[in-house]
Amino acid sequence: MTSTYRYLPDTKQDQEEMLEFLQVSSIDELFEDIPADIRLQGELNIPQAVPEPLLMKKMNQLATKNINANQYPTFLGAGTYDHYIPSVVNHMISRSEFYTAYTPYQPEISQGELQAIFEFQTMVCELTGMDVANSSMYDGFTSLAEAASLAVASTRRSKILVSKAVHPESRAILRTVADGPGYTVEEIQLTDEITDLGKLKEQIDKDTAAVIVQYPNFFGSIEDLTEIKKIAEENKALFIVSANPLALALLQAPGKLGADIVIGDMQPLGIPMSFGGPHCGYFAVSKKFMRKIPGRIVGQTEDEKGQRGFVLTLQAREQHIRRDKASSNICSNQALNALASSICMTSLGKQGIRQMAQLNLEKSDYMAKTLKQKGFVILNQSPFFNEFVVELPRPVKEVNAKLLEAGIIGGFDLESDYGHENQMLLAVTEQRTKEEIDQFVEVLEAIVNG
Amino acid sequence: MVEYNDLIFEISRPGRIGSSLPESDVDSVDITNKLPKHLIRDVPAELPEVSELQLVRHYTALSNKNHGIDNGFYPLGSCTMKYNPKINEDVARLEGFSRIHPYQPVETVQGALEVLYELQEELAVITGMDAVTLQPSAGAQGEWTGLMMVKAYHAQKGETRKQVLVPDSAHGTNPASATVAGFETITIPSNENGLVNLEELKKHVGPDTAALMLTNPNTLGLFEKEIVEIAQVVHEAGGLLYYDGANANAILGKTTPGQMGFDIVHLNLHKTFTTPHGGGGPGAGPVGVKEKLIPYLPVPRVEKDGEKYVLNANHPLSIGRVKGYYGNFGILLRAYTYIRTMGPEGLRQVSESAVLHANYLRKRLEPYFEAPYSQVCKHEFVLSGSRQKKLGVRTLDMAKRLLDFGYHPPTIYFPLNVEECLMIEPTETESKETLDAFADVMIQIAKEVEDNPGVVLEAPHTTVIGRLDEVQAARQPILRYEKAVEVEKETVKS
Repeated sequence: MTSTYRYLPDTKQDQEEMLEFLQVSSIDELFEDIPADIRLQGELNIPQAVPEPLLMKKMNQLATKNINANQYPTFLGAGTYDHYIPSVVNHMISRSEFYTAYTPYQPEISQGELQAIFEFQTMVCELTGMDVANSSMYDGFTSLAEAASLAVASTRRSKILVSKAVHPESRAILRTVADGPGYTVEEIQLTDEITDLGKLKEQIDKDTAAVIVQYPNFFGSIEDLTEIKKIAEENKALFIVSANPLALALLQAPGKLGADIVIGDMQPLGIPMSFGGPHCGYFAVSKKFMRKIPGRIVGQTEDEKGQRGFVLTLQAREQHIRRDKASSNICSNQALNALASSICMTSLGKQGIRQMAQLNLEKSDYMAKTLKQKGFVILNQSPFFNEFVVELPRPVKEVNAKLLEAGIIGGFDLESDYGHENQMLLAVTEQRTKEEIDQFVEVLEAIVNG
Repeated sequence: MVEYNDLIFEISRPGRIGSSLPESDVDSVDITNKLPKHLIRDVPAELPEVSELQLVRHYTALSNKNHGIDNGFYPLGSCTMKYNPKINEDVARLEGFSRIHPYQPVETVQGALEVLYELQEELAVITGMDAVTLQPSAGAQGEWTGLMMVKAYHAQKGETRKQVLVPDSAHGTNPASATVAGFETITIPSNENGLVNLEELKKHVGPDTAALMLTNPNTLGLFEKEIVEIAQVVHEAGGLLYYDGANANAILGKTTPGQMGFDIVHLNLHKTFTTPHGGGGPGAGPVGVKEKLIPYLPVPRVEKDGEKYVLNANHPLSIGRVKGYYGNFGILLRAYTYIRTMGPEGLRQVSESAVLHANYLRKRLEPYFEAPYSQVCKHEFVLSGSRQKKLGVRTLDMAKRLLDFGYHPPTIYFPLNVEECLMIEPTETESKETLDAFADVMIQIAKEVEDNPGVVLEAPHTTVIGRLDEVQAARQPILRYEKAVEVEKETVKS
């Protein structure tokens, strides 16, 4: 073997010197502890190596087999959104001191990452109105399941009530996760598109560990958290809110409305859609759960000279100690995406985030209004943020195929998850121009009339 | 250089902004007409207000206080801190990959699905498994996913096996994942050679054994030579074998977990397959399984229907969803690009060099440190600081001293069964010159411990900050910036 691979620096001479030092005759000798009958014969049956320029060409070709949101305006949301990402975000997260580092185990040479996480935690607390936030979770969906597990462990109750207006994937993952420790998950039915409070009152009991709702909910509507909190509190159940962080620029912070745990995904703030991942879950709690929060958390402290510094802290709750009594096994986080999100929030700032949220509110309002004028029925009975449901006279799949022909990516089909035929969930972010919205409405009209 | 220690909130001034959004081109909406008052935000979130250049200076300054692989050697054992190729970053940022929505019609994402499908196939070959799910976001999530499949597999046979066996040298996440999946953990002690004690194992294996979780090579860097016998013992009792792929960097193209007898494997793409660790994530932890476990794989699965790639959620025995959408696509793309860059011969050379480097460094250091398992290792090895501890210097102190020379220290105090442990993994991407320079510094530190221990005990001397008070951080937690607190502090000081 010689140095023909650009990531492998060993020359023939290097290898000979090392083998000689080891007093072995060949590299194969170093693999003799692998029993002969389980050694691989021949080479791995995978494609041969491709030089960089050809590989870049191939990857570009693969990328162009996809239709991206820069080519076709997209009206898909349902948990992942096409938002403006300031250019600085990518430039800053491309500093390889950040992205080629491991988890900050050695604080003296990781102050950059640690401080960035501390700032992230602060921003999440600000948006959610909570006391403590961790350094991030895999995504909003798994974050929701972790919140449920925390509630079960800390209340010693075994039932989770989750609104049907919570993202279907969140509920599906919650069911998988609940199978481990074996707690039950019950869904709360809806009235129109929001959580049915009457049903909630019937279902909640002394064994209910937590009530989970989404804010705005899966259909875009804004649930009245105050009413839900009251019911949860009367039954001593925890109140878990899954919130879109961008919407929180305009909506009252869940922390102020009595949430015990607020979770969600930072994707709307600085993270590309990237076919669904990696995104970045967040996890925020009120003070009493500070020592139960899963994942990693950064705290401020001082060195011997009294200089401010940051360290990973409250590790006792993690798997390092009492690892066979863990209620969570999360080890890594999504640090780089949390950084992206912090940079985006810094770039937008106190004013910009409100402006961006307001644009979402106005554009979706405009689109719903325009559709109504053309005779379409909007199903949301409650106020919505940047998503709403439109009823169509034909199956969504057919309509989306026609929209695609016209160069538009249509909305989310509610049929497979809810059995709601001919209902399309539309998202309108600040990225959509009036022209694109008008064009969508025009094309849709032609499709349903044609 | 001017020292910069501000938080982003401390340089914030009302009225500054770092971004520009378009004016609204539609009718304005007054939220107070739309929502009841109690649901409208009353106090704005205190996000920083800075200009774009201030933002850039701030985060550049932070990056300068961070050590990554691109800065220098990072021999963190079991973490495989190898070079993170730049083409991978470029590929993940192509708009055709980064700006596609997970719910687009499959016809519009055939390129993305092709990448996922092929990566599934290739990882199956590399691990000797029959099928792979790319959904788990990290190794720990892969472990849990695998164990949920173990549970479903036994349940389908009408069995409720409760125990997961884990050796004492296992990664901490193994028992945690077993607990979260609803199992109880039984720890199997290692023998004097640092390997699974087959006799002890036999004592614990039985009708309640759901699975044995094993890392091979183990966390001491040693290959479990009796793996075939171990597999036989577990299988005969009706249990399954789980392979923790954290240490897969030693075996690429040399052997496969499938050949060893494993039924389930997770890989850490952020270790073996060069995707960046990102300061703690995002990673990816795909899971491969043998045929008998395929029905239990998470949904949706990426499949091929004729020439078309599709997503199929219709697998009734599946454990269900484990992660939003289809996994960390951006990370999977990077791993795919890496496998394409290396090919079969390249991947084999990766493991050969990784093992050669670890053994070379081990032999260079062994005269100066206790080597509890002095034998041929695979991609990593452990040393003990017990000799230095007798002189009053702990492994932690030596780790801090390494910082003065620009090195990230090895993993310390792990595995738990080695006193004052140093776990060193040099990886294949480091040059011999780097290995030699690191060895020289380690030897110098060992000598300092004897001649001038103060310099080690007081280390680090050159970093931006000294050793931090971790006890204070945990006892009086300050977990976010608060303006009011700062003002109070100032008053107290004056």
